[in-house]
Amino acid sequence: MEIVNLNSENFKQEVLEESKTVLIDFWAEWCMPCKMMAPVVDEIAKEKEADLKVAKVNIDENEDLAMEYNVMSIPTFIIIKQGKEVARTIGVQAKEEILKLL
Amino acid sequence: MYDVIVIGSGPAGITSAIYAKRRNLSVLVISNEKAILQKAENIDNYYGFPNGITGKQLYENGIKQAENLKIKLLKDEVVNIKYQNNFIIETVNSNYETKSVILATGANRETLNIKGVKEFEGKGISYCAICDAYFYKGKDVAVLGSGNYAIHELMQLKPVASSVTILTNGAELVQNREISNINVIEKPIREFIGDSKLQEIEFEDNTKKKISGIFIAQGIASSSDLARKIGARIENGYIVVNENMETTVPNLFACGDCTGGIMQISKAVYEGCKAGLSVLKNI
Repeated sequence: MEIVNLNSENFKQEVLEESKTVLIDFWAEWCMPCKMMAPVVDEIAKEKEADLKVAKVNIDENEDLAMEYNVMSIPTFIIIKQGKEVARTIGVQAKEEILKLL
Repeated sequence: MYDVIVIGSGPAGITSAIYAKRRNLSVLVISNEKAILQKAENIDNYYGFPNGITGKQLYENGIKQAENLKIKLLKDEVVNIKYQNNFIIETVNSNYETKSVILATGANRETLNIKGVKEFEGKGISYCAICDAYFYKGKDVAVLGSGNYAIHELMQLKPVASSVTILTNGAELVQNREISNINVIEKPIREFIGDSKLQEIEFEDNTKKKISGIFIAQGIASSSDLARKIGARIENGYIVVNENMETTVPNLFACGDCTGGIMQISKAVYEGCKAGLSVLKNI
């Protein structure tokens, strides 16, 4: 499944109005730990294709979204269900740790 | 450009260098020449020393052995690791490029017992200036530490933050970069305070200071500090490695106390051997 790149225009439709659970990866080009997590996020998107939407927020391009969600360290992963944040986790971690939060 | 740079010169680091050198790889060992091993009074549970040996003597033997095997040793302090096609090891005095890295600086034994540290992790408390400086644009931040590593983190924050203060928490600031105009507070800290985010520091003398972010950089950069910056997985303060001592970052290895488990010389030597044999296996 394709990973959606979020911005303030598509955020409402892609995340808040989404019926599936959404995993958002807040990242930046200059963040090494974020780059190391990218393949893990890709794997999750593939494995959970049926019941999970995976999305990314490039914080350099979307400072407003990072601020709105109080992101103060990257990578930050936030899980949204029915428009509401239900879990978040920060930093490099195993795929299983993120799957546990879904 | 080196094939392997080993950071740390205790039993794990030196053993990994010996095995890598035997495979004809070009090896450089960088260390500040302070190993926890040197503090062991008498070691009587390590193979081959019928009357025991002091930690200091065993450490010095290891260094001598490496020198005899023509392994290059350098005394310097590593403050950062970067990756651009190859690894760049930044020390206080210079930069070194290498295809692979073996982290063997031991475990970080300095625990931070200030109230609020855990609570505000990711909400104002950070362990990586280079990763998180962005979020403190135009804000007042501080670095907790008192050495070269703290100064390195300060330099990352200076261009971004409105102000950067060094908090030594009762220690004296010791740095050899001769950077002037540093705001330093040497008072011991009691607590970090805030609601959902860090807002204030309270010192032991009951004074307070408003702060948006605190970057932890105590002592020298440990293996797990360095590994975290480059994106390796850390669990409970220890670096996660596979059976070949490779971290979750390709060509970045770790061995000895920094990977957790039994803090014994035998274990450090085994892991050093494994790392030295595994590094750059496919070239």
